[in-house]
Amino acid sequence: MVKLTIPEEEYMLPGHVACQGCGATIAMRYLLKALGGKTIVSIPACCWAVIPGVYPSRTLEVPLLYTAFETTGASISGIRAALDMMGDTETTVVGFAGDGGTADIGLQSLSGAVERGENVIYVMYDNEAYMNTGIQRSSSTPAGAWTTTTPGGSKKEWKKRPKKSVIEIMIAHDIQYAATLTVSYPEDFIKKVKRAMEIKGPKFLQVLSPCPTGWKSDPAKAVELARLAVQSRVFPLYEFDHGKYKISMKPKQVPVREYLKPQGRFRHLTDEEIETIQMHTDEQWEILLAKEKFTNELYK
Amino acid sequence: MSYLDEIPITPIADKPSTANRTGTWRTFRPIIEYEKCTRCMICWKFCPDVAITLENGGEYEATNDKIKQMVDKAPVIDYVHCKGCGICANECPVNAIQMVKEG
Repeated sequence: MVKLTIPEEEYMLPGHVACQGCGATIAMRYLLKALGGKTIVSIPACCWAVIPGVYPSRTLEVPLLYTAFETTGASISGIRAALDMMGDTETTVVGFAGDGGTADIGLQSLSGAVERGENVIYVMYDNEAYMNTGIQRSSSTPAGAWTTTTPGGSKKEWKKRPKKSVIEIMIAHDIQYAATLTVSYPEDFIKKVKRAMEIKGPKFLQVLSPCPTGWKSDPAKAVELARLAVQSRVFPLYEFDHGKYKISMKPKQVPVREYLKPQGRFRHLTDEEIETIQMHTDEQWEILLAKEKFTNELYK
Repeated sequence: MSYLDEIPITPIADKPSTANRTGTWRTFRPIIEYEKCTRCMICWKFCPDVAITLENGGEYEATNDKIKQMVDKAPVIDYVHCKGCGICANECPVNAIQMVKEG
């Protein structure tokens, strides 16, 4: 007898070859705990394409299909259509792609799948750069971050533009359900995946998954950093459920500096630059609060 | 398996990754002090390598009667696969996990 807050079943095996303290593997572990064994996962080129190990190694207890970088949305639509033809309505089809495969390369096929109203779940595990190929900047990299293609230096050539909000793009598609999740709140994570399973139609989940290798942080701090991202409001947890915004948690605010400091990729930032990031974060939070208030009044 | 005859020639990965001994990557070894451990299973929850399992009693049985009545399982680290990231030690609310240098 043991009281656990998340399901005990494991659908992921030990011995995968992810880096130490990888957030993406925790995300997959929780996702499959929530979805159960009747699931098909489709994965494009991303960290998860190498995590199961060298052929013929497998690390998931559910079918896993590899696809090309830009086709996750199309491949999950196809798998769903084939299952429907076979009369299988029980199996959940999941696309699991990184931020490069979602925000940059796979955006068109994801947009197509959501617009057609395919009955699939799309999970974007957001480690904020192309980590698998060597930490190149993606459109999901936050402003101020060092990457190998935004190296900083005396000319201050780090990323200047803010992070692209893919979840807001999905909401603009009039999607039934979209949510932001992170690995440091497993109960919230599993609750949102279960909610996504109940809904027929396209679902989009954005998971902030810390990457110690690319963020230049201590692997032991991976889960703590994801928690700080939520507490500092850099990555607020919220749901968009049939038109209504709902902020999942409104924790006591932690200064952004606390979140940026343990990460080597933000080490070069001066006090003024951190202040600018703080201002931007506060603005975004106010906008989110206003959206929650407005949509809840509109769809009473 | 009959369904394999029906699909085109495709590489199919069927060897479980448990054969990879990722424990050899480790620099620091997490060690659970079972006297301090409250069996909250937070370490099990956050392990990215699924290298903490829940085992029954025996040598891991709680010495504290209160905990013994509530939980009969204990988190046990699988050193064959644990990469020593240290998330468990960092997240433990009672500091019952120490990271000790290997070798």
